[in-house]
Amino acid sequence: MEVGIVSYGAYVPRYRIKPEEIGRIWGVDGKAMGKGLMISQKSVPSPDEDVVTIATEAARHMMARVPQVDPADIGAIYVGSESHPYAVKPTSTIVAESIGATPAMTAADMEFACKAGTAGIQACMGLVGSGMVRYGVAIGADTSQGAPGDALEYSASAGGAAYLIGSEDVIARINRTLSFTTDTPDFWRREGQPYPLHGGRFTGEPAYFRHITSAAKMMFDAMGTSAADYKYAVFHQPNGKFPTRVAKQLGFSPEQIEYGLLTPQIGNTYSGAVPLGLANVLDHAEPGDRIFVTSYGSGAGSDAFDITVTDAIKGYQRGRAPVLEKILSSPVYVDYGTYAKYKGKIVMPE
Amino acid sequence: MASVAREWREIPGRYNLIGTKCANCGKIFFPSRDFCPVCRRKSLGKMEKHSVCRTGEVFTYTVIYDAPDCNNRLKPYAVVMVRTDDGVMITGQLVDVDLESVAIGMRVRAVLRKLDADGASGVIHYGFKFVPED
Repeated sequence: MEVGIVSYGAYVPRYRIKPEEIGRIWGVDGKAMGKGLMISQKSVPSPDEDVVTIATEAARHMMARVPQVDPADIGAIYVGSESHPYAVKPTSTIVAESIGATPAMTAADMEFACKAGTAGIQACMGLVGSGMVRYGVAIGADTSQGAPGDALEYSASAGGAAYLIGSEDVIARINRTLSFTTDTPDFWRREGQPYPLHGGRFTGEPAYFRHITSAAKMMFDAMGTSAADYKYAVFHQPNGKFPTRVAKQLGFSPEQIEYGLLTPQIGNTYSGAVPLGLANVLDHAEPGDRIFVTSYGSGAGSDAFDITVTDAIKGYQRGRAPVLEKILSSPVYVDYGTYAKYKGKIVMPE
Repeated sequence: MASVAREWREIPGRYNLIGTKCANCGKIFFPSRDFCPVCRRKSLGKMEKHSVCRTGEVFTYTVIYDAPDCNNRLKPYAVVMVRTDDGVMITGQLVDVDLESVAIGMRVRAVLRKLDADGASGVIHYGFKFVPED
């Protein structure tokens, strides 16, 4: 059975802050910080936005593009995030209700640092491929946390994308998926703690680079391919620097990763990062384009996907929801005070 | 703190603008009503669920400067009466907008946003707000 992407939708909040502005507050050369991370600005959620609202907006855009799909035919919804608004009470049920998919369906929230969204795609592929459900929805979305003054504060941002996985009218066939997973404590947040901690440079070689290159090479071996066989590539993007370097290591050119690399414009959207990068690639894709995708989640693991865009993308009603270029086209810049207020960093009276 | 059960009953309207339509006269109501105030007893048992259009235009608006606690971090903000594309009048907040640009006739669409939360440990209330149409 051919399983793949039937539709997709993306959403990024409108507000932005620049690294210079963050650095100004903490006595750090923010511009140099941004340059080092290859991030020129990051998205900031409005006080009334969280993972539920971001995931819902992305999912509604996804459904708007496939008016022929009855939401009641969705059999599973998984929302991957590390900033679910509730510790106990699913995000996924709220999203499901908001797109009219309830009640004959299963739902669960997923968490695997930055790769919970792609883990959801894999789960949906299994359910669709086995015939258990007709359509599954996988969403990666975050309003990620960075401690004030920490290096993460320059990158941790907000956004998400939703994918309708099915076997009918597939616009992008998923030829294969596989994962590389180990116990590597490079980044974590304990229960009840507001901000994560990370292993500094330990998050690089033994974590991000080892897992992504291992999963990518496993995929090359499994498919008998190399970087040259793909039109586009999307890698997890905690900053602009890591994906650029890992792409080079694997033999991909800067042109191949251009559309899939959004972090320089919007920051690290964590679980939303690879789903958003892939959405931007699909916004530009033509039939026959082959796409290489590898996510990364701290803790640690990478999910790799080999995808081929089908002829069905020609009849796909992409214009019924805004493409990412449009979504990112009218940013509103905020100062650090507004950012602190919006992110709830200021303690208010009860 | 509002009752969780009461909030739960309002979910269809708050998330998806589900109202009711009188099958007798065709009038649409939002929030939903159990009977039609025009047709009265003739509407009994004939009120159908109706999904109100999520797009429309600003009929009139005001700007709120003295906000309730739940909107302290958003003030000043616009509250609008919207005439939806299927003719229903709905009141809500208009967000992600430059207040100077708010105008009668402006195209808007409903999105899901956080409305309020019952303190740090209570339930979070989600519902519609409006944003400028793309």
